[in-house]
Amino acid sequence: MSEQNGSKHLPDLPSDKSEFWILRLYVAGHTMRSLTAIANLQAICEEHLPDKHHIEVIDVIEDPERASTDQILALPTLIRALPPPIRKIIGDLSNTERVLVGLEIAQRSP
Amino acid sequence: MSNTISTSTPHHLAKTPTGIYGIDEITAGGLPQGRPTLVAGSAGCGKTLLAMEFLVRGATLYNEPGVFVTFEESPDELMDNVASLGFDLDDLRERGLLWIEHIYLERSEIEEVGAYTLDGLFIRLAHAFERIGAKRVALDTLEVLFSGLRDEALIRAELRRLFRWLKERGVTAVVTAERGDGTITRHGLEEYVADCVIVLDHRVTSQLSTRRIRIVKYRGTMHGTNEYPFLIDQHGFTVFPITALGLDYDVGTERISTGVAGLDEMLGGSGYYKGSTVLISGTAGTGKTSLSSAFAAAACARGEHALFVAFEESPAQIMRNVRSIGIDLRPAFTEQYLHFHAVRPTLAGLELHLATITDQIARIKPSVVIIDPITSLISQGFNSEVRALFTRLIDFCKQHGITLLLTSLSEMGQDPEGTDIGVSSLVDSWLLVRNLEMHGKRNRGLYILKSRGMAHSNQIRKLVLSSEGISLIEIPSSSLQLTS
Repeated sequence: MSEQNGSKHLPDLPSDKSEFWILRLYVAGHTMRSLTAIANLQAICEEHLPDKHHIEVIDVIEDPERASTDQILALPTLIRALPPPIRKIIGDLSNTERVLVGLEIAQRSP
Repeated sequence: MSNTISTSTPHHLAKTPTGIYGIDEITAGGLPQGRPTLVAGSAGCGKTLLAMEFLVRGATLYNEPGVFVTFEESPDELMDNVASLGFDLDDLRERGLLWIEHIYLERSEIEEVGAYTLDGLFIRLAHAFERIGAKRVALDTLEVLFSGLRDEALIRAELRRLFRWLKERGVTAVVTAERGDGTITRHGLEEYVADCVIVLDHRVTSQLSTRRIRIVKYRGTMHGTNEYPFLIDQHGFTVFPITALGLDYDVGTERISTGVAGLDEMLGGSGYYKGSTVLISGTAGTGKTSLSSAFAAAACARGEHALFVAFEESPAQIMRNVRSIGIDLRPAFTEQYLHFHAVRPTLAGLELHLATITDQIARIKPSVVIIDPITSLISQGFNSEVRALFTRLIDFCKQHGITLLLTSLSEMGQDPEGTDIGVSSLVDSWLLVRNLEMHGKRNRGLYILKSRGMAHSNQIRKLVLSSEGISLIEIPSSSLQLTS
């Protein structure tokens, strides 16, 4: 299960790279909780990071190796791979405000 | 060390031998098979090493692959730490017998937003188990979850699920945990691990550290309930079971010469019992080392091996000194019948002394062991500890049919009968050597205070050390006067 949203075309990145967001969402199978987290993240990104984000969804049941290499323990886990530094959020992302704070979108958004 | 699974309990509780020296003895066969065992202890008491050795021995002795889940140390740190124990983890990993799963959790890096599970942990464990076909797992330590995550209720629910899951998978698990204040573990992990709980302890008394292990609980099986001292050295863990050895060794009627004809005669004509424990007490310069050397020389002359543990003199010094009384230990020494273990008593703690002595005994397989003098160990600890040490050593020697000769140095002016650091009741024969004043001369007198199971002389005899050897001469009772 790999889902992209919006900016699939990396060559078309905005010139300011720090403003492009790569987000990885780790889930375990197609559970309600997984789907909730994916939907929540998509909604947040559409609203706050339009056209400057890339979401990668990783199902660790299919790819358990990834859980080890990326140090995933709790599920769902959201990792902000870009911009640095790496940030980690666990849970179904049901509280938008806290997701924004956790990802530091609140401060960065214009 | 037993490598069979004990089925001595009514429920035929299957056990997994740890392969760790001493632990299988005190648990009567090992840890509950397919179930978790909790190992609790304060920092630095050896929990991680115990957990790792459980896997290493499982892999090397029983061909059971194991997964080590480390929450605190990185695999590199872990490997460095256990390298000193002689464990080659790289080799085991390459052979597919060990998998190290490092779980990194840092609260400051994690934001918790909404509901989550610890499925990631389960998935990673399952993946690691499948990779090597794990039969054993060590979790060191799950308590990191409590510091790494905020939702304690969730952690507890997930822990309960984890232990249930581990049991379902049938892996034998060792779960480490920090000691709590008034509880077994700080976060109450004992609540989830009901089958077997082991507590490790590390105490420092008189500036010497002693490690101890205790089985707090072992459901459905008999186990030793005492605190057993243990040691961590280059061979890993060694637990010294005291009572586990029991008093069920064979006692023979075979005799073994003391190396002194006159003394053999005093002991009913044929010397000590083989496998008995002999104590020789006396003040300085009364001939204790000479009597010990004669005993060792006689054993070597019979083609047996002797181990001489010397706490005060070097081997060269002992050999030189006893040559002057006609005992030549050098041929036996060069032909390796006589083995010296010369060590300063202050160099190590009591446990280490016992371990090295037992180690030497196991290696050399001597028929006689001499420790000269045991009083050197008094400065090493409290009397009760010294006594416990000798109880174990005596048990060990008896089990192996080894005759143990101990010497004890009495202080001048002290009653030698009262300065045996509580060991005298443990010994079978007790000889006293003391100064006598006769006809204006100072002489040595020897008498037998006790010798279990034999008719022995009740005389005090003059102990003469001359260039022709050691002799014991009867003294006319009228001329006897003891000095103190």
